[in-house]
Formats: sequence, structure tokens, C-alpha cells
Amino acid sequence: MRKLLGLAVLGLILLPTTPALAADPTDGPTPLQSITSAGTSFLTAVTIAPEQQVKVSAVTGDYLYWQFPATAGQRPEVTIDVTLPTSGRSGDHAWTVEVFDGLRRRQACVGGEQSPVAKTSDTTVTLGCRLRQVRSWAEPWDGDPLPGTYYVRLSSTDLPEKDLGLPLDVALSLKSPTGDTGADQGELAAPLVPNNQPGKLLTTPQPSASATPDDTSFDISMDWLPDFSSRWVWTVTGGIIAAITGLIGFSWTRRRRV
Amino acid sequence: MIHRKLSIVTATGLIAASAFLGATPAHADEPTPETEPPVVELVLDVSGSMKAADIDGQTRMTVAKRAFNEVVDALPETTQLGIRVLGATYGGDNKRLGCKDTQQIVAVGPVNRVAAKNAIATLKPTGFTPIGLALREAAKDLEGTGSARRIVLITDGEDTCTPPDPCDVARELAAQGTDLVVDTLGLAPDEKTRKQLVCISQATGGTYAAAQSEEELTDRIKQLVDRAAVPPPVTPATVQGAKDCASAPLLAAGVYTDRELIGEHRFYRVSVDAGRELRASVSIALDRPLNRDYGVLVKAATVDGRELVRGLDAGSGRADVISAGLRWSGDEEPALAATSDICLVVSNSFASSTAAGTPGMPVELSIDLVAASQAPDAPGLGRGWLLLFVLAIAGLVAGVLAGWLTRWWVATWREN
Repeated sequence: MRKLLGLAVLGLILLPTTPALAADPTDGPTPLQSITSAGTSFLTAVTIAPEQQVKVSAVTGDYLYWQFPATAGQRPEVTIDVTLPTSGRSGDHAWTVEVFDGLRRRQACVGGEQSPVAKTSDTTVTLGCRLRQVRSWAEPWDGDPLPGTYYVRLSSTDLPEKDLGLPLDVALSLKSPTGDTGADQGELAAPLVPNNQPGKLLTTPQPSASATPDDTSFDISMDWLPDFSSRWVWTVTGGIIAAITGLIGFSWTRRRRV
Repeated sequence: MIHRKLSIVTATGLIAASAFLGATPAHADEPTPETEPPVVELVLDVSGSMKAADIDGQTRMTVAKRAFNEVVDALPETTQLGIRVLGATYGGDNKRLGCKDTQQIVAVGPVNRVAAKNAIATLKPTGFTPIGLALREAAKDLEGTGSARRIVLITDGEDTCTPPDPCDVARELAAQGTDLVVDTLGLAPDEKTRKQLVCISQATGGTYAAAQSEEELTDRIKQLVDRAAVPPPVTPATVQGAKDCASAPLLAAGVYTDRELIGEHRFYRVSVDAGRELRASVSIALDRPLNRDYGVLVKAATVDGRELVRGLDAGSGRADVISAGLRWSGDEEPALAATSDICLVVSNSFASSTAAGTPGMPVELSIDLVAASQAPDAPGLGRGWLLLFVLAIAGLVAGVLAGWLTRWWVATWREN
């Protein structure tokens, strides 16, 4: 009995740390190293994790890419500080930060300054983008944020041609707080993680059955049990309240003894 | 009573455990492909103009040499490096001879630091600036090596050997190979040089930087070599989309590259079984000067042209690529998925006032087939204040009824 209780408690303690673990499986037990590079395309995007320090040197006109994993219930937020070149600027620079999901579909920012314009006199510019809460499931034709890879692209969309190629510094910070966990039902069968394997031309359709061996029959399936979420708290609390009010109702019908 | 407690505790533990296990597999299968060592070739302009002493009071050549030495010292062990020079040997006035003046002074391979530095030390600024030819030769040097090929072009002046226009050469080279990127670095560049270098880098998906001091030059070369040390995780397969669905190539899951002209439609076919989900994303690179607004559209359709789903994006201003993606589940129309392929149509709405012809713009097509997701049932658990209120009232009513029943039952039992 006590052991069981201990196990359950352990399970509950582990629970809140799960997103952090899932966010960067490659990093292991060592503290997060700071990142000093950025990719130049979707394929070469550099992987970052929440709370990881990212400081990159680049030049005006560069397109910088990073990627990070997100799980259902998270509300990723990217904040970027660009230290602009001190000399050589001849006009305003329009900057933008864009976030794409694993299918390279543009994701809407619901917070943060996504496309600021840096005046010639400005020394820094701050950009930010907060995503909607990542859903656990969405219809295939829907563009809602889903679990999987997310890409961040920082670029300047408009600047005088003369100002290209000047050195600058970029500092990025990523936060992934967990939002309302009970908001969604359903689960995506596979996260939106790009399948980075070389393509292959086919002459006849490939049998897909061999690709997914059907070995689920031996597992004890827990699919019917919803994952822990705020719904469990609401429902269990409701049950307790119902029991209490039930007792109250029962006591009302007792004859009062004076 | 004890049993009930025990089962609640176990259930809580199981819930927590399943949440823990459920969250990890999502990223456990992220690909860790083995890639060939990255290769990079530095192409250095050693033309007569490098004699100019305008960088921190020293000649451009001296500064470039020092920067090169520093970069060679800081090179990652895995990187394979080659160095090619242009305009280094022919000092005469004959343009025909001067424009053939380019040599590889360090062959592409694991870096021999001493040999590389010695080769750099002997360079003297001399002749013409045949950038186009040097790029062609550099691409040849890198042929057959590694998965991703990167050229870093460092020059202080524009090409003096046009034609061929180095920008056209760059676009042509990018269209031939799958993975050639030219990064350009202007040493105290003037306007013409800058425009040319920007054009070259844009045509190949590379970057442009200007260096006004030795520090800037060294920092930038190091940045570029560092980037080259992390090659892309995949070399896309080359594919040619067809003009209609019937003759379109049948694709498996993976990453492909193609070229698409402005206003062209390209068709591909994918076989999606019932129970599978098609995921496709398309990126078109803006490799040439274009009008301000543009867009890309990818459609999934049946073979006879009925649209199933579309993904689209539009933008304006500077950008390197524009992307769109879509999902289509075979479960939506199992009959269709069982009998025929799905057509993917990639089209664009670019417009250009200049060079709009062949080769087309680079298209990166990424296709994945995964298990289809089940639409969720009605929620098994509830939430919200209304739920609590309803349960409380239900409990109250049930309690009152139970009380009355008990009283009635006790009363009748006593009577009998």
C-alpha cells in the first residue's frame, strides 16, 4: 500500500517536468549549452530548446533559421533582440520574425512585436512572437498549431540595398509555458516532424502495410484512459461535491430530533 | 474500503505514468542521418585591385592573407577545405589570357594547415578578375565530394571578364547540382561589386557580407566555415514534375528538389492508402529579383482534377523562400485512397520584370506518409463550473430521494 502510494506520488512529481524532458531529448543531464549559430534554410535550421541561451553573429540581409520541438498544451514564445550595426546604415530597416510548423505552414503570432521597423538612429530592435496554444489534434485541413517541430525565421524584409552585409548580433530566447491542458481532445498519430530522408521515385505504389508492423495486439492498451489534464481535476472535484451534496440532501430528509 | 483506496492510487499513478510515456515518443524518432563530411572551397580574388591599401591602412591582400591564416587555424577538424585563387599569375594586358587565370592552390580534402598557409603566403595581387570562370572551376573541384557543397567567394571588385556574367554562371551551376551554395564576401566593395555579389549569393541560396576591416573579414569567414561544418540533414533527390497528373512521377516519402518557372504548374503523384495521412510541404526559393508581392500554392487533387485540400502562402518584400504545406488523410475518402493516386500540384504567383527564364526557381518538395489520426470522440471527462453545479444539484437530488426512500422503507419495514 505504501509502496503504491509512493509510486503514485513519484508519478505525480515527474509529471510537471515532462515537457522539459521532451523538449530536448538529445541534451541529456548536462545543463543547456548556449548556441552560437543559426541555420540558413529550413533544412539546416539549428535546434534550440526553451531557456537555452542563443547568441549569434550575422550580417544584415541574412536569413536565420532555428527549430524547436513543442508538445500539446504549450504556448511557445520567441523573443529576439537584434543589436544593429553601429555604422554604415543609410535608412530604416524593416525586420520580421516568422514561425512555421513542421509542414512549413505559417503560424499566426498572437503576441509580440512581429514586424518592427528600426529607424536609422536605433541601436537595437526587439522582435517577439507568441504562438497560440499547441493543440493535441486538429482536422487535416486545419492550420492550427500541432505537436512537432517549429521553425523560427528572422529576416529583414525591407532595407536599403546599400545596407546589406553589415555585421550585427542576435540574441534569442524561447519560452514554452504550458497552458490549459484540458482544452483539447484527440491525439495526432504522428507529430509534425519533417521526414528528412532523400526522396525516391517509384514505378509502382509501395505497400504501406510493411512500413507499420501491426504489433499493438500484445500491448496492454491504455488508449481509453485520457492523459492527465485539468479535466481530471474538474471531474473528480465534481464527484466529490456531488457526494457531499448527496449527504446534505440525505440529511435534510431525516426527522429533526428536538 | 482499502481496496477502493488502493485502486484510486494505482489509477493516479498509471495516469501520470502514461502521460510521461506518451510525451516522449513524439521526438524519440527524430532522424539522425549519417552525412558525409562537409566540403567548402574558398575562392580568393588576387587581382591587381587587391593592392589598394584601404583597410585599416593596409593593403586588401595583406588583410585577406592574415584572415585566411586565422581561419585555417580555427578550422573544425572534420571540414574538408580547398582554396582556389583567381587573377594570381598573369600580369599582362591580354584579356583573353588574363580571363583564364584561375588555379586551385589547395586541393579539397582534410586540411594540412602548414601547406595551406604556405600556399597563401606566396600570393601576390596581379591580374584580371574572372569570377564566372573561377566559380565554374570551383564547382568542378567540389564535384563528387560530400553531400553539401559550399563555395565562399571573397573579392574586392566586380568581374572584369564578362561575359559570362558571373550571376548567370552561379544560377546555372545551382541548377545543375543539387546542393551548391555560394556565399560571397565583399572586401570594401563598391556599389557594382555589391550588386554582383548579392546577385550571385541570391541565385544559389547563399549569403552576402561586406567586410570593411580585418576583424569583420575574419569573423565572417569563420561564421561561413562554421555553417558549412553543419551540412543539411538530407540531400534531396532530383525530380521533374510533369505538366499533368497522368504523366506525373510517383513519389515515395522523402525530400525532393525541382525547378519551376514563373507561372508554371508542376504535377506529382503520391499513393496514399486508407488509414494513412499525406503530408506535403513545398518551398520555392526566391533566387532572382522579383516584383514585390508573390505567393505559392500547393494543392492535393484527384487524378481527374477535383481539389481535396490546399496549402498556400503569400508574402512581400525580401525573402529567401516561401513555403506552404498540407495534410490529407486517406480516411476521409477511403474509396478514393484505395483506387487511385493523389495528385500534388505546385504553382506560384511570382512576377519578374527581368531574368524570368530558365532555369526555373528552386523548389523543395517534402513528402511524408504517416498513420492517419483518429477524429476524437466526445470527451470522456468534463470541465467547467457548469459541470460542478450540475453534479452538485444531481447529488443533492439523489441524496434527498435516497433519504425519502430510506424513510419510506424503514416505515414499511417497521409496520410489517
